Amino acid sequence: MNTVLLATDMARALSRIAHEICERNNGASTITLLGIPTRGAHLAKRLAQLIESIEGAPVQVGTLDTTLFRDDLRLKAPRALMPTAIPSLGIEGRTVVLVDDVLFSGRTIRAALDALGDLGRPARVQLAVLIDRGHRELPIRADFVGKNIPTSLTQSVKVNLSELDGVDEVTISGEATS
Amino acid sequence: MKHLLSIADISREEAITILNTANELAKVSDTPMKKLPTLRGRTIVNLFAEDSTRTRISFEAAAKRLSADVINFSAKGSSVSKGESLKDTAQTLQAMGADAVIIRHGASGAPARLAACEWMSGAVINAGDGTHEHPSQALLDAFTIRKHLSHGKEDLAGLRIVIVGDILHSRVARSNVLLLTKLGARVTVVAPPTLIPYGIESWPVDVAYDFDSVIETADVIMMLRVQLERMSELFFPNAREYSRYFGLNKERLSRMAPHALVMHPGPMNRGLEITADSADSARSVILEQVTNGVSVRMAILYLLLAGDTSIEVGA
Amino acid sequence: MSNDQRNFLIKGGHLADGDGRDIRISDGVITEVGENLAIGESHVVDANGCVILSGLVDLHTHLREPGREDSETVLSGAQAGVKGGYVALSAMANTSPVADTAGVVEQVFRLGQATGLLDVFPIGAVTQGIAGKVLAEIGAMAHSVARVRVFSDDGNCVSDPLVMRRALEYVKQFGGVIAQHAQEPSLTIDSQMNEGVVSALLGLKGWPAVAEEAIIARDVLLAQHVGSRLHICHLTTAGGVEIIRAAKARGIQVSAEVTPHHLLLTDELARGFDPIFKVNPPLRTQADVLALRGGLADGTIDIVATDHAPHPGESKECEWQEAAFGMLGLEHALSIISATMVETGLMTWVDVQDRMSVAPARIAGYENHGCVIEVGSPAHLTIADTNSTYRVDRDQLASKSKNTPFHGMEFKTKVVVTFFNGNVVYHDGRCA
Repeated sequence: MNTVLLATDMARALSRIAHEICERNNGASTITLLGIPTRGAHLAKRLAQLIESIEGAPVQVGTLDTTLFRDDLRLKAPRALMPTAIPSLGIEGRTVVLVDDVLFSGRTIRAALDALGDLGRPARVQLAVLIDRGHRELPIRADFVGKNIPTSLTQSVKVNLSELDGVDEVTISGEATS
Repeated sequence: MKHLLSIADISREEAITILNTANELAKVSDTPMKKLPTLRGRTIVNLFAEDSTRTRISFEAAAKRLSADVINFSAKGSSVSKGESLKDTAQTLQAMGADAVIIRHGASGAPARLAACEWMSGAVINAGDGTHEHPSQALLDAFTIRKHLSHGKEDLAGLRIVIVGDILHSRVARSNVLLLTKLGARVTVVAPPTLIPYGIESWPVDVAYDFDSVIETADVIMMLRVQLERMSELFFPNAREYSRYFGLNKERLSRMAPHALVMHPGPMNRGLEITADSADSARSVILEQVTNGVSVRMAILYLLLAGDTSIEVGA
Repeated sequence: MSNDQRNFLIKGGHLADGDGRDIRISDGVITEVGENLAIGESHVVDANGCVILSGLVDLHTHLREPGREDSETVLSGAQAGVKGGYVALSAMANTSPVADTAGVVEQVFRLGQATGLLDVFPIGAVTQGIAGKVLAEIGAMAHSVARVRVFSDDGNCVSDPLVMRRALEYVKQFGGVIAQHAQEPSLTIDSQMNEGVVSALLGLKGWPAVAEEAIIARDVLLAQHVGSRLHICHLTTAGGVEIIRAAKARGIQVSAEVTPHHLLLTDELARGFDPIFKVNPPLRTQADVLALRGGLADGTIDIVATDHAPHPGESKECEWQEAAFGMLGLEHALSIISATMVETGLMTWVDVQDRMSVAPARIAGYENHGCVIEVGSPAHLTIADTNSTYRVDRDQLASKSKNTPFHGMEFKTKVVVTFFNGNVVYHDGRCA
């Protein structure tokens, strides 16, 4: 098992992403951060705090559970639902920034787009991820990426967060075969 | 869970999962779409061999909000009422490709027979069988109580719940006793001795013949429907005596604790077990029970049908 | 084995008391009993490892003919009987038409004779149409070719005390006996299973023990008062055993029977709502099962009687309250008695022979049955291998119906040969 991101690396990446979001959107007044549970939700909260210290004003932040819109529900046992909490100004006409820990096949984000569509009509949707590990199965791309990590399909990427796992780090396990 | 036949079969954890799932699904009604694609392509049959508008519509709404296709067999005009056997009906449903059957039936154990038999392979959901159980009603009752009185706790520990009425013949009572105690509540049943089941000592409940003695300490008073036919079977002398000693009237309502709830699974015999004042009072959550019923039933359908239905998993 | 044979030598088995004995049979009669008999002209029947009992006699069988031949006929019931080691069955009267006239009992009697497999003794109804109101033609039935001595409305209770009194008095003229199905009707309206903890949980209407015991108590007092013989069908409760015990202690002429299923099964089996376990009177609690076993062991309960009750598939493949009451019993009775009474040490094979052959024959007055195995006795014998584990398969029954609650159960004792009138009527899985 290899550690590819330490706590300090993660903090720098998140700080950069926070700045990029503000730069792209001319501030934070029109954005709503929605983290995809479990880890995306914690990352969204951290980004919100970082953006608040940059812009000096509170940021709209919430969670968006994608379970009910997954395309692979029937392949496994039923999954417990995670909370969906949309912040006070809603999403109508706003810039939604989806936040997740790892971007892989892209199917989770596709489900998140469907979930958003049922809730309303954002002006635009952007995507921020801590890790992009490649192997997209759908035409989905991230706007803000913490780190690009090429992986093989047999490897697995784990993002550990101090809120849940006691430590901030990103690890890869498995063989890097082609 | 492959079927939902009785509260006796589900664990405390499974019950809490259903309630938590219902919590999330309740939000769907607040969204503009009011619909989720989750059960698209699944066929759900409502097999109601006994009349019931409320429960059937509730299950139908739940299924449709998850985009499932719903087919209704109701009592009148269906082959079930013309005497077609349960077995033949089940085989017909199987041939139609039903993924799930929601069954209400006058015979205790009919859903269990459907689930155990080889006549059909879909999920079976008990919407009330004879005098045996009504699991989704108990779950929505627990959901309602939890929402008002648990203050963030996941279960009902410490709450005192009083159930009043025809315990002997009530499937709602049976399911609620099992579920509410499983979730940590303390349950007292109140009825004349003729309507208390033989062997009640083995139930995890207190028994009281004197309704007035338990009113002030109750967090919830759940009134059950009493059928007037029971009078001719000599269970109580007449309606007046029953409502005088076991009815929830204005006087009893006024002695309830300020936070306490009034519940009733419906339909109500206004004037017999419950007066109009009580049913319509501010502490009555009877209509909310109906709303919550849809969310809870959505949760049940989701957990039984959304995943790989060949896997039997404790939630 | 061909039925031209009239000479047999049963070799290598032992009698109920454990003594190893060979038995020679010739022209329907036992001609020699001894150790290591020479074979001579006899055809050998190997009984190694087997117990040899006097042929079993059932006092409570539903043969369904006339009227419900879809579930059983006299012939198929007889085939089931010999497979279970029975050489005499008593056909209950609740057929369609009811056996309340000489005509019907004679019909059943002749059907039994035509089978050539065992004796069928018709039981006559106590009341017309077993409706409990007016006495049936008891005298005509007693004097018919069928020579009925046992009368029962089984299926229904003779609930009117006056009718029961008159019936008890009336049968005294020919030493008859009234066999009562004890069930107070008003306490058991629409009842589905034993009233107890399980019925309260399942939401099935209860059939309380008191509804059985109240009738038994009443009837033993009536029997005492009029000086007549009373027989209680299918006893199922601990309280009932107590009443019979006390009645016998006072010299009242009462006898009682218990079914194999009530010695083995309890109301817990209803939890799956499978009506294969629905029976009248119902399965009761473990405490009742133990009291019944004790009562059979100490002789308070005189006999085992199967209450063999065939039902077609559609009567059991449905919801509980729609299903018919009743279980099959003939083919596995001895296996169950062995498992519940002998293998547990409560009874010996001598006791079993008494409860399943000698005592039933005595109570009903079947003179050629229940005889001691000795020279000159009719050759009615049941040979059972006591070390032969087998599993019950409901698709491999001789009965026309499949409603056995024992499907899938394993038993150690198996009937292997049945002799009736010196003929082999059952051997190796095949009826004659």
